[in-house]
Amino acid sequence: MFDLLGAALPSRLFLGTAQYPSPVILADAVKTSGASVVTVSLRREMAGGRGGEKFWSLVNSLGVRILPNTAGCHSVKEAVTTAKMAREVFGTSWIKLEVIGNHDTLQPDVFGLVEAARILCEDGFTVFPYTTDDLVVAERLLGAGCKVLMPWCAPIGSALGPVNIMALRSMRGHFPDVPLIVDAGLGRPSHAATVMELGFDAVLLNTAVAKAADPVGMARAFSKAVDAGREAFGSGLLEPRDVAVPSTPTFGRAVLS
Amino acid sequence: MKLIVNGEALDSVAATLAALLAELDYEGDWLATAVNSDLVHKAERVEFRLNDGDRIEILSPMQGG
Repeated sequence: MFDLLGAALPSRLFLGTAQYPSPVILADAVKTSGASVVTVSLRREMAGGRGGEKFWSLVNSLGVRILPNTAGCHSVKEAVTTAKMAREVFGTSWIKLEVIGNHDTLQPDVFGLVEAARILCEDGFTVFPYTTDDLVVAERLLGAGCKVLMPWCAPIGSALGPVNIMALRSMRGHFPDVPLIVDAGLGRPSHAATVMELGFDAVLLNTAVAKAADPVGMARAFSKAVDAGREAFGSGLLEPRDVAVPSTPTFGRAVLS
Repeated sequence: MKLIVNGEALDSVAATLAALLAELDYEGDWLATAVNSDLVHKAERVEFRLNDGDRIEILSPMQGG
């Protein structure tokens, strides 16, 4: 079990719920992968509509932890109000806090993020801030009351994977006791394995699974990669060397020349 | 009274937020409401009086990443 802020989670894989070909495939992907947390959002409901009810019923049937987001918010006010609305609807104080600062890269507005995080932490929320890999911003978020950090490894939906390994390694080393969840930019299971090998505590992804030709198969593949990466991290990875070192013993080698 | 509901302008006779939801056929525990960018709790909707020009957001659970 992965103990995350007092929650015993059976998996270190978190999945988004958007962009799947159908609700059935979404449900199959979550169940097959064993993902322990799914992200959800709030959007305008049509008059007389029941779309939200159907989706909420589906998510509840999955038996996983819910992490609402503030996706699409570009200001502190928007994000804070959305978080409060999400807490009322979803019945959880967990919130994936997004304050977007750039339309092209969907890069977080880290200044607004810290401000919103402080407001929400003081209001009793458990804030999961979607942030960059900047150490100073991370310090400010922790100072604002965050107990967990969610750095990107590449822009949302880009599938580029970890583009700055050094920054991620530095983050892990700088905050050894803070749960770190890589959020955004993962495109392949090997990307997930890589960040888990670095010692990250979990990964959150959406597009790479939802837009795969076979989302259920891809969800399973990511699940295996996350487990493999975590086990490798815990087992002590061999450091790279610049010279060859024979793996077969040289002692007792026959002389046949 | 002129209101903006989920970005659309409309005329309403509803005096309260709860009355507006009923008028527009919104119902369900899964709805969240905000007026002029501030959350209005479910329990407060019956008492919450609307004013001309208010901006109302009515949200529900949706897929998210």
